Amino acid sequence: MWRMYGEMQIRRNFYQLMRRDEMEMIHLTIDGKPVTAEKGTTILKAASTVGVDIPTLCYFELRDLGIENKPGGCRICVVEVEGRRNLAPACTTKVENGMVVNTHNIRVLNARRTVLELILSDHPAECLTCAKNGNCELQSMAQQLGVRELPYTGEQSTYRKDTSPAIIRDVDKCIMCRRCEMMCNEVQTVGALSAVNRGFMAVVAPAFEMNLEKSTCTYCGQCVSVCPTGALTEVDHSRNVINALADPTKTVVVQTAPAVRAALGEEFGLAPGTLVTGKMAAALRRLGFNYVFDTDFAADLTIMEEGSELLDRLSRYLKGDKTVKLPMLTSCCPGWVNFFEHYFPELRDIPSTAKSPQQMFGPIAKEYFAKKLGIDRKNMIVVSIMPCLAKKYECQREEFKVNGDPDVNYSLSTRELAHLIKSANIDFDSLPEEGFDNPMGESTGASVIFGTTGGVIEAACRTAYELYTGKKLKKVDFKELRGFENIRHATIDFDGLPIKIGIAHGLGNARKLLEDIKEGRNQFHAIEIMACPGGCIGGGGQPYHHGDSEILKQRAAALYREDEGKAIRKSHENPFIIELYKEFLGKPLGEKSHHLLHTKYFDKSAGVFVEE
Amino acid sequence: MTRITSLKDLQRLRDDLKAQTSARSDKANPDSIIQVKVAMATCGIASGARPVMDYMKEELEKRNIHALVTQTGCMCYCYAEPTIEVTIPGKEPVVFGFVTTKKADEIIERYIRKGETVEGIIARDYETIDSK
Amino acid sequence: MAKKQLRIALRNCGVIDPERIEEYIERDGYLALGKVLTELSPEAAIEIIKKSGLRGRGGGGFSTGLKWDITRRVKADQKYVVCNADEGDPGAFMDRSVLEGDPHSVIEAMAINGYCTGASKGLVYIRAEYPLAIERLKIAMKQASEWGFLGTNILGTGFNFEIEIRYGAGAFVCGEETALIHSMEGLRGEPTVKPPFPSESGYLEKPTNVNNVETYANVPVIINKGWEWFAGIGTEKSKGTKVFALAGKINKVGLIEVPMGTTLREVIFEIGGGLQDGATFKAVQTGGPSGGCLMEKHLDIPIDYDNLIAAGSMMGSGGMIVMDDANCMVSIAKFYLEFTVEESCGKCSPCRIGNKRLFELLEKITGGNGTPEDLDKLRNLSHVIKDTSLCGLGQTSPNPVLSTLENFYEEYREHVFDKKCRSSVCKSLMMYIIDAEKCIGCTLCARNCPVNAITGERKLAHYIDPEKCIKCGACMEKCKFGAIFIN
Repeated sequence: MWRMYGEMQIRRNFYQLMRRDEMEMIHLTIDGKPVTAEKGTTILKAASTVGVDIPTLCYFELRDLGIENKPGGCRICVVEVEGRRNLAPACTTKVENGMVVNTHNIRVLNARRTVLELILSDHPAECLTCAKNGNCELQSMAQQLGVRELPYTGEQSTYRKDTSPAIIRDVDKCIMCRRCEMMCNEVQTVGALSAVNRGFMAVVAPAFEMNLEKSTCTYCGQCVSVCPTGALTEVDHSRNVINALADPTKTVVVQTAPAVRAALGEEFGLAPGTLVTGKMAAALRRLGFNYVFDTDFAADLTIMEEGSELLDRLSRYLKGDKTVKLPMLTSCCPGWVNFFEHYFPELRDIPSTAKSPQQMFGPIAKEYFAKKLGIDRKNMIVVSIMPCLAKKYECQREEFKVNGDPDVNYSLSTRELAHLIKSANIDFDSLPEEGFDNPMGESTGASVIFGTTGGVIEAACRTAYELYTGKKLKKVDFKELRGFENIRHATIDFDGLPIKIGIAHGLGNARKLLEDIKEGRNQFHAIEIMACPGGCIGGGGQPYHHGDSEILKQRAAALYREDEGKAIRKSHENPFIIELYKEFLGKPLGEKSHHLLHTKYFDKSAGVFVEE
Repeated sequence: MTRITSLKDLQRLRDDLKAQTSARSDKANPDSIIQVKVAMATCGIASGARPVMDYMKEELEKRNIHALVTQTGCMCYCYAEPTIEVTIPGKEPVVFGFVTTKKADEIIERYIRKGETVEGIIARDYETIDSK
Repeated sequence: MAKKQLRIALRNCGVIDPERIEEYIERDGYLALGKVLTELSPEAAIEIIKKSGLRGRGGGGFSTGLKWDITRRVKADQKYVVCNADEGDPGAFMDRSVLEGDPHSVIEAMAINGYCTGASKGLVYIRAEYPLAIERLKIAMKQASEWGFLGTNILGTGFNFEIEIRYGAGAFVCGEETALIHSMEGLRGEPTVKPPFPSESGYLEKPTNVNNVETYANVPVIINKGWEWFAGIGTEKSKGTKVFALAGKINKVGLIEVPMGTTLREVIFEIGGGLQDGATFKAVQTGGPSGGCLMEKHLDIPIDYDNLIAAGSMMGSGGMIVMDDANCMVSIAKFYLEFTVEESCGKCSPCRIGNKRLFELLEKITGGNGTPEDLDKLRNLSHVIKDTSLCGLGQTSPNPVLSTLENFYEEYREHVFDKKCRSSVCKSLMMYIIDAEKCIGCTLCARNCPVNAITGERKLAHYIDPEKCIKCGACMEKCKFGAIFIN
């Protein structure tokens, strides 16, 4: 019965319908200032054009990536629209001609503050020990609105804490902004998280409030990267790493992923896109790692194996072998691997069998480098620094262990590394630029761009082209493979042989691409898929971007800069890779490679709901 | 079952049905019949309308009273459920409230058979769309 | 004496056998559909509904004709009409009665609605807790299809219309049309911000017209008897009749249907037969959990949409609960808040957390721990929840608090300042006392006290220890001398 229609609203809407398409620009007044905005603009965006900043909490946008969350749920952005009975949410209310909007009058301020006080009254006051302390949008909002005491107090909604191999759900801290739900369902189409329960106990959780581990979660970590509070955070392994570093019987080896160097600086106040490769290596050495290596080295190795696999499949296909599976999909992204194991198990023989760079690094470190050093693999601890949370899960997979000893022991996120550096009182900014150790520290430009969408396939093309044609590339840059468009297609001329390439970043886009292939709407020879929007630079373990897509662009640009600055830009020209094959592995796709550097995939579509 | 394919057919059917019904209540008509309607909405059933309806059907037959017992929806006298309406040809319909099987027996014996007044009559307190 | 009630929506309830389509046809059933399909254009039919002044009976009171017109004007390959049968107000059951007593009237009106708006599909969203209504609706739908009132080429006019049933799980918020539509789509039943309105983008993002059962039940009569007839009933801005579920401390509990403009006094004292046991009237709650409590001074207000809102309550779907001196108004407000706390979907913060805090404040006050500041908090919080909530649930949920604060502030004051509940409802504020003059020391009360709170020598006046007393009332019940009273 409270199915109330604002009669005026619907009338206005009705007249709008009649006049559709006639008017493009809307004139209105916001806080006394005349504003002209395109039809369809929200009050929030129109206000920002005249310098009126309306606070928001649940609202979230990654511009240019087509990602937007505006459930109109938190009600922090409410404003007064004269003539309307109730306050209106600025994030969803569209501008109308003649509208008079007040964003900060006493009615609005009182309402906004009261709403925030209510949210805080159902939020644990654990800021001091919260993983999000200092990075929490709710905390900043309380600061911004100057909340000093809570007039409305009472029962708090509490839930079971849920720890998975990569992500911790502490949803006592959930404010129902629904960003994670939007990311998980609309952007990633994973469908692991959605709102459950009603009223005061409403919260975002996996179906039936099962553990995340039992759900279809891919650990892509995008929920964590958008969560405004500490409700979703990564499993912190820094304590384990400190223990290993403190253990004199252990040789601790660290590898750093390409995307980390383009983002780590942000945690120390450096501008987004600042490359900190040298300082990062220096900091890791100061932290006490015995060997500071680079995942980029392993990325070059991945190209050798994956590129060779592509060439092998292609040439067999061209010879008429009908059993060849094409297109070949990249397999270096663990979130993506989890995704197809859950949702496209029938396609699991299509992805390359090559392990990800993190997992290629592990056995090379423990089976090759440890032997060189003359130590037992059990006494070597391999730590990876990753922009990713799915890597935490990946390194725990059973198939990546030898007699229970994981090839990679711990995977830390970029954020965890930053915390470690800060807690060790290392002045990051004043560190000298240092290099990586050898033999697993040398890398090419090709491996650096692994960190952004399109980079892996570009790196693969550089090598595959030269190996296939036997010719030198005139230009190593494949600009047609770059960009932030959700799904990209390109055809690369392999000296008369057109190679069709597909690229998708974000699992929702991956799903679209896969469905196109399944339905025969599109054909490719090779496809690169990255689970996170933007690729690893936008990974779930990166410094929080708080919805600023410009940050992602700067990180990508930084990686391309580093690539350009490298003397060697093709994986197969990495001298240490050539040496490794000569000395240890033999040849790509050879017996040893097959054993150490390739893996298989599992059907996880069933059993998701099965409790043990 | 008749499939109605035009407005005219529908109007004709309506008129036929109306004529049948008024004939049923017309004392002069040899086919006229006593009609009993039992309010059988959820609320009525919950208050015990079903046994009353069954009782009415069985007993009227047993006692050789030619009558038509049908169900209907809520008569809206919630305070007096179960409710039934009895129409004796030639007379105005009468609604009884708080009907139990015992009361039903009294209605059959005294009101239907003998035409005596029985307690528990609910006076119609509303206008219909036809009267207004 | 002229009768106060007029049954339009309930015209066939309790008259026809809902499972026999012949009885519906005999009472002019499907004639309106036939007339509209054969003789009227959609525009002309909508014009009749518009001119009749029919407004949504679900509570919002929006012009039904205008709503149909908006949906008609939106261009789309597929449109839907939806019957909202998710009757969720505690105490309201008129929609159930219509569906159980006269399901064909809803089917006929939906088909008319489909013709007028250009929809070939109708959906009935009905709560699964209404099994009999569902069964009768299904029977009626089957008959209507067999007789040619649903399906293809209805009455030889080329018009096609089908109806499907969708079940609700009884969530109150799913009566809100956007939440209802999400629920039908298989999504979480929670509302979204309007605009876009369902008439533009509703079920499966197609234009969708949602009307309530009672609204639909009026439509065939308006077509058959003409808009002038319908508009001749009621007040200037509220036409026709409204069904109310009359309940509480009233003699004739039941469904009533009265012309708009009837006064509350007529409803309560004439139709409803006054209060039970001659008790004194204290308040009447209209509009369900989102409505308000009105008092003696409001009894002569002619009931219509606007007057009830002006008085601080609302029409709602037609719940009407009469209260006497034994009802504590603070507890009444708390009762309704408990309902909204339970039924909030949890999407927006003011409704999810604010209503919980409101409820807790009322618990504090009825528990004897209220402070003067709590009264200010109640008021501020209520206004903010109304002002900032996303949908109608939150925008109206503080109404029971605000209307009782307005009309029964003295009772709140007594609870807070005097720690007294004049209706002896709030246990924490009650004190059982033995009148030493009347007590003869029979010890019966002491022997019956479950917590041994009563002491005293035989033949001497007894005493109840307020610290131990759990206010069960056993002593007062047992005392043969009326010596125990509540303070």
